[in-house]
Amino acid sequence: MTDVLARIPYARFLGLRTQMEADEMTVIMPFQDKLIGNPLLPALHGGSTAAMLELTAVARVALSFPRLRLPKPINVSVAYLRSGRPRDVHAQARIGKAGRRVAHVTVEAWQEDRANPIATLSAHFLIAEDA
Amino acid sequence: MIDPRLQEILPQLASAAAHTHALGFQLEGVEGRRVRMRVPYREDLVGDPETGVLAGGLVTALLDHVGGMAVWVAMNRFATVATLDLRVDYMRAAEPRKDLLAEAECFRLTRSVAFVRAWAFDETTADPVAAAQAAYMLDSDGGRGPGANLKGEES
Repeated sequence: MTDVLARIPYARFLGLRTQMEADEMTVIMPFQDKLIGNPLLPALHGGSTAAMLELTAVARVALSFPRLRLPKPINVSVAYLRSGRPRDVHAQARIGKAGRRVAHVTVEAWQEDRANPIATLSAHFLIAEDA
Repeated sequence: MIDPRLQEILPQLASAAAHTHALGFQLEGVEGRRVRMRVPYREDLVGDPETGVLAGGLVTALLDHVGGMAVWVAMNRFATVATLDLRVDYMRAAEPRKDLLAEAECFRLTRSVAFVRAWAFDETTADPVAAAQAAYMLDSDGGRGPGANLKGEES
């Protein structure tokens, strides 16, 4: 399998890594100082977390629907559940429904404890080649 | 009228955190309650190498940040704020090799929550790349203070 995220400049900027275990894909964002948005707490920038969630969704859709073009986001909705600590972030995506043109994806991100996610994303992507 | 103490730190609030600095965020200006920011185009911020279009995640990061700036302007002071949720509609791809701009306005401020709308564009707000609706929690550090996220236990 070719790693989609390795081809995306913004995913490289964030330092994202993909881990495959059977059919389960986990994306990891190793902690770097440049991901920090609040230096006092310190906490990850909401934009770091959101972008990582969205790229996890892109990678998941591209894995299930391999085609020439990358899936294009129509909209994304992010809920921030906990402040992101200066640690690695893990994320897994699930495709809830994929029709002819649109796929709906949910992604959950966590740090040490999978049971306590730091953020979730719900998104629609255009997957039709000619859309 | 913006409090001069807030006015003075607005450029830093726009671009001085590690993430906003790494992305190259810049404050363009404030007009009434509306804040405008810019991120200069860079190859390493691209989301699709085939087209050279900036990443959706970058658009989201800029909208999240300019929204927070609009909250500080509406509060007329600096406070710890945290995004509660953020929804972004991507209306069209950003033009390759063009800077990305964004504007935000906080249209309702309650004791705990700020409601914000924001737009991203490359030429004019009339032709947006994306639109966002977001809510922010105010004074969100809950008195935990500096270094709270470095403590071992889950808070």
